[in-house]
Amino acid sequence: MLLTRLKAGGPAIAKQGILVAFIVFMIAFSLMSDRFLSADNIMSVFRQSAIIGVMAIGVTIVVIGGNLDLSVGSMLSFATVLVVDLHDKIGPELAIPVMIMATLCLGAINGFLIGILRLNSLIVTLGMLSAIQGLVLIYSGGQNVDIADQSGTWFAVFGRGAVFGIATPIIIFLGLALIFHVIMTTMPFGRRVHAVGGNPTASVFSGIPRSRIVFMTYLISALCVAIAAIILGSRVMGSQNNVGQGYELQVLAAVILGGTSLLGGSGSILRTVLGVLMLAFIQNGLILMGQPYYTQWLVTWAVIIVAVWLDVAAKRGRLFSPIA
Amino acid sequence: MTATREPALRLQGIVKTFPGVRALDGVDFEVMPGEVHALLGENGAGKSTLMKVLAGMYQPDEGQIIIAGQPVRMTTPIEAKAQGVVLIHQELSLVPEMSAAENIYLGELPRKAFGRVDWKILEERSNAILKRLKCNFRAEVTVAHLSIANQQMVEIARALTVDARVVVFDEPTASLTDAEKVVLFDIINDLKSQGVGIVYISHRMDEIFTLSDRITVLRDGAYRGTLTTADTNEDEVTRLMIGRSLDLSRNEAASKFGDTMLEVRNLTCTGLFEDVSFTVRAGEIVGFYGLVGAGRTEIAETLFGLRTPTAGEIRVDGQKVEITSPRDAIAMGVSLVPENRKEQGLVLQMNCRDNMTLPQVQDLTAGPFVAKGAELAIFDQYREKLAIKTPSWRQPTAVLSGGNQQKIVIGKWLSMKPRVLVVDEPTRGIDVGSKSEIHQLLRELAAQGYAVIVISSEMPEVLRVSDRIVAMYHGRVMREFDISEVTEDSLVQAISGIKSAEPA
Repeated sequence: MLLTRLKAGGPAIAKQGILVAFIVFMIAFSLMSDRFLSADNIMSVFRQSAIIGVMAIGVTIVVIGGNLDLSVGSMLSFATVLVVDLHDKIGPELAIPVMIMATLCLGAINGFLIGILRLNSLIVTLGMLSAIQGLVLIYSGGQNVDIADQSGTWFAVFGRGAVFGIATPIIIFLGLALIFHVIMTTMPFGRRVHAVGGNPTASVFSGIPRSRIVFMTYLISALCVAIAAIILGSRVMGSQNNVGQGYELQVLAAVILGGTSLLGGSGSILRTVLGVLMLAFIQNGLILMGQPYYTQWLVTWAVIIVAVWLDVAAKRGRLFSPIA
Repeated sequence: MTATREPALRLQGIVKTFPGVRALDGVDFEVMPGEVHALLGENGAGKSTLMKVLAGMYQPDEGQIIIAGQPVRMTTPIEAKAQGVVLIHQELSLVPEMSAAENIYLGELPRKAFGRVDWKILEERSNAILKRLKCNFRAEVTVAHLSIANQQMVEIARALTVDARVVVFDEPTASLTDAEKVVLFDIINDLKSQGVGIVYISHRMDEIFTLSDRITVLRDGAYRGTLTTADTNEDEVTRLMIGRSLDLSRNEAASKFGDTMLEVRNLTCTGLFEDVSFTVRAGEIVGFYGLVGAGRTEIAETLFGLRTPTAGEIRVDGQKVEITSPRDAIAMGVSLVPENRKEQGLVLQMNCRDNMTLPQVQDLTAGPFVAKGAELAIFDQYREKLAIKTPSWRQPTAVLSGGNQQKIVIGKWLSMKPRVLVVDEPTRGIDVGSKSEIHQLLRELAAQGYAVIVISSEMPEVLRVSDRIVAMYHGRVMREFDISEVTEDSLVQAISGIKSAEPA
């Protein structure tokens, strides 16, 4: 029955599969826990999702451009350690720009290898994932870093502050999402990223500087990581050497959940935001239900599989693959 | 064929709808045993859908499939095959790493104890089938090592493992040479004499008239009639197919050419082409004719900045230019409609409007934003000018027919207002109706003063659209013809490298 229904009117609904799943989860969790839909809880989920969210914006753009970025996790470790360490050495007003420049350099290395030399993005960024982790350890000498005067620095505003009662991380996350959404949907750059991801050859045949566009997507991804590091460093006021470990997969999960095609050429930042929030609410809901936090890994996996399945099913108009 | 005999296969009133489209609208079709029945229609007329219904891949919404007098329901290709209906795909569906024998019996390999494959029986049987097809290779050979034509033989051999009642050939000659075609036609005639019903789908009129006994025409998903091949002619079939008669004559535009827009001198790209010189004047179409690999596409790519020449010079409108990237070419007013529109011409999942404005999107801005109004104006202008059929600019170009896709690519480059337009294989894989429209369009563009280069592997096409023809062989210009002096013989000689074609 479900099969025929999906065939008939389903595609339109299944197309919004992520939205439907999101609503279903919200209803289910709110029935199971009365704290789930409280304003406090919602705010706290938004705040916690901001770091993954900001990184996911950059990765969405890379993926629309037809590539992957798995280096964002250790890049986050790098940027956070750097900004926290430099905070006490040269002051936050210098630490922030220095850290941003250094992180952009890492992005430029990715961009050069993948955009200009046309190396496979999976291999390059997987390599960068461990290379940058090594770099962090060399820099810190294996020591964790922290900020001495945690209450006196204006650096706290990014992770702990609030504007009009809304936590700064939320404002940064949603603001950035909106800005990049506008860039991707209404500006020439966004159009060209879509073209390069959708068909790199046809893009070159249309006079689009493919290498430069791919390079730019990795710079954007690095910039997003740098911003996420500011939020993280400011919130924790210190950093472990491997603080970003595993973030790359959570980020990628959110991007996929948002329906961005790993083949490149299509995707949406606002839908990535939905993906980020959905993952965050699932994790939060499970914790509220008293599940140990690592159950979220299993549930996240299951949610992604179902989301991808529904997406494919909507495209082919049936749940199971036709024979040919 | 007597009326009392049962058709091998009969389709009655087949209706198939997809969301928003009535792909088949009450189609009737039958094949007698021992008959070659050609199925004709433009792209999008419903041929493929009908064949998928036949092969059990689609279920018809209405109508009946009758095989040997019995109504049947087929829900998978396997069931269809069991009923003796086999489809030979346009695109080969072989596993290249496996042997011909394994491919022939794929999915039903003969077994011995413990499920082990019985290689001996497999190879005996496969070789027997290949022999029946008069193939000159053995079944043990890996498919990847076979020529396209021989791969197609493997595909046909696969069809013959069952007792086939009906064999459907979907554009089987698309990638075959003339000699290979003869072999294929022999096989088809052979099958025919064994009482197999053949459905033959093709765009090529000459093949259809050589092979078929009857012709059924579809247009816009509807049945338009069945003709007996012996009693009809190409005109009648074409009229039925496109709903009007086709003007195949040359447009003798008054030959008023302007200044030389493009001049190429001694252009060389080592290993690809040598010492190529030619000129194109405003208002003129120069056809480049030659065999595949003669270096024509490579010249086009060099003009468009995708290759760097090792020697020679290019002049556009009298100015010597250095073209090192497509951007340079575009800036100099050189545009290229590439030979493979799906891979090089279009971003398929992108909509029609965005594809058309892609080369200039960074200049079509209002402040930092893309000026959607200006974009839409460009799209509408060329949609009208080129008669592009699409319900809306929002359609992804993937869903358009080949002809309309090609028009989007042409529109994309016309909107750049080029001085020199290079069109590589303008009508490859495009149905006959759209083909003549595109030819017409190219003539009109020349009349408007564009300098046009048309690269084509089809002689009728170069003869029809060109004012001059450059014949190429192995990376060299063999001879240049004025359209008034060219003959088919001299052209064939020139592209085969025969020097005697040189005029006295």
